[in-house]
Amino acid sequence: MNLSVKANELRKDVIQLIYDAKGGHIGGDLSVMDILVTLYYEQMNVDPAKMDDPNRDRFILSKGHSVESLYTILADKGFFPKEDLDTYSQFGSKYIGHPNNKINGIEMNSGSLGHGLPVAIGMALAGKMDNASYRTYVVMGDGELAEGSVWEGAMAASHFKLDNLCAVIDRNRLQISGSTEDVMAHEDLKKRWEAFNWYVLDIDGNDTEALSAAFEEAKELKGRPTMILANTTKGCGVSFIENRANWHHKVPTDAELAGALKELDQKILKGGR
Amino acid sequence: MNKIPNRQVICDVLMEQASENKDIVVACSDSRGSASLALFADAFPKQFVEVGIAEQNLVSISAGLASCGKRVFAASPACFLSSRSLEQAKVDVAYSNTNVTLIGISGGVSYGALGMTHHSAQDIAAMSSLPNMRVYLPSDRLQTKHLMEALCKDNKPAYVRVGRNPVEDVYEEGNVPFEMDRATVLSEGNDVAIIACGEMVHPAKEAGRLLEEKGIHATVLDMYCVKPIDKAAVVKAATNAKVVITVEEHTYIGGLGTMVDQIVCSECPKKVINLGLPDSPVITGKSQEVFDYYGLNGEGIAKKAEELLSK
Ligand SMILES: Cc1ncc(C[n+]2csc(CCOP(=O)(O)OP(=O)(O)O)c2C)c(N)n1
Ligand SMILES: [Mg+2]
Repeated sequence: MNLSVKANELRKDVIQLIYDAKGGHIGGDLSVMDILVTLYYEQMNVDPAKMDDPNRDRFILSKGHSVESLYTILADKGFFPKEDLDTYSQFGSKYIGHPNNKINGIEMNSGSLGHGLPVAIGMALAGKMDNASYRTYVVMGDGELAEGSVWEGAMAASHFKLDNLCAVIDRNRLQISGSTEDVMAHEDLKKRWEAFNWYVLDIDGNDTEALSAAFEEAKELKGRPTMILANTTKGCGVSFIENRANWHHKVPTDAELAGALKELDQKILKGGR
Repeated sequence: MNKIPNRQVICDVLMEQASENKDIVVACSDSRGSASLALFADAFPKQFVEVGIAEQNLVSISAGLASCGKRVFAASPACFLSSRSLEQAKVDVAYSNTNVTLIGISGGVSYGALGMTHHSAQDIAAMSSLPNMRVYLPSDRLQTKHLMEALCKDNKPAYVRVGRNPVEDVYEEGNVPFEMDRATVLSEGNDVAIIACGEMVHPAKEAGRLLEEKGIHATVLDMYCVKPIDKAAVVKAATNAKVVITVEEHTYIGGLGTMVDQIVCSECPKKVINLGLPDSPVITGKSQEVFDYYGLNGEGIAKKAEELLSK
């Protein structure tokens, strides 16, 4: 499967979903899509019919506000009927604006930033206790890294030598109030995680081939957790959304919807990014 | 319908006060937009502190600033401020008695379909349980202005919760009875006492009007000062009424209702019904849809009163 094409097809679904429901965190959805697609269509052992399999890989979307991208993937993979998403954000729906583990395929509730990594550590630690073969994946935002709990987790994961844990940072350099480096600076991020004794891979996070290679490399590593610093573009795939802080949470107009879908169609036709 | 949300008024008051008092500092955690404080940040860059997405840091840093003479207003979504940084609020603000006002924005179920992580249906209980912490839920933009002006003048810990969306005016421009830590009496009647706070005051007032049309007389209290609660006002209203109803945008456990129960039970025993949110994640929906579903609107409150009185 051409993962970049898949990611762009799902970007179209995300934008349509947000347009229809009149709400959603569009910028972060578009930046994280290649990461999620590589995990769900290539890397992870998760089957909609076997979400009770104790050996399934575990996934937590710690930047829970990007749930729309996860929804489109889970729907496409048959975790629930696509029509279910018609109720997204509507009265009485379980398809809310953050991951909700009443939904098939979602392991843990999230939405309050800074929880995912420590929870993932617990899952990976249980795997070690049980000699299980599953791997645990967690995706965080870069603004999220300001939460102290992230760094408590950074410490614990290497202390417990969790080589069955792979974390990803969606390094899009933006958060609600603007540039992450203006709001609360994180550089040098690679050195910071290395100082906590993680194995760090610094890659293009919108390149599915680079992502595949990084996830494969992490699987081989022994004795340490892996951090993939996925350098992404917030709003990736749609020129007028890219790198703009005000698109963190914004609904496209009719014209913007048409323009966005057209740009993505052109990329799909060309067979890539 | 009023178009100005309470949070906007908070920014206006803080900007006014900050130009005169250079010790006023506003602190945010990637929340200046949601708090309507972006204007403040632009106008007073030297009196504004941004800590990033770090609510615990936000509250402790605010306490440190306050202990060195700053008058700090820390604004972040009520859900995170009242749970993520609860220990910082307890130890560094309340226990150490520092001059910090915590402003919980988008409180209650304002964030609607974003779900329970973003709801603060427990903040009154959490914050009220801290010794030294005062808890205020203003009912409309006009009262919010008075409350903020009063808070700017004092130097004790407080938690203020406001919602995200504009709410209907409870009061009239130029006619806003306000006394610090005293409930505002919106109407007096001897059938039922309705005691409400925050965004539930408007529907409580509406219920009073609907009941009056049917010849049922209600006392309606705006208990914006949930802590210290105006005990005398509760006793007076309850004593004169046959039944008491409390209404709040909060779980019925440990909030305004519980406090009123305790007072009425010991001072003037009679039936009290607590209206609020259930002890479960609330149903998905916009605030008004959620309120309607749980009967937290004028008709729902009035119906409850009639039901109780007919028993
Ligand atoms: C504990 C907590 N504080 C605040 C928020 C509100 N919030 C939602 S998204 C967001 C910005 C996230 O920025 P980042 O982590 O960089 O995510 P991305 O850029 O990928 O959207 C904030 C502050 C939250 N969800 N959780
Ligand atoms: Mg970001």
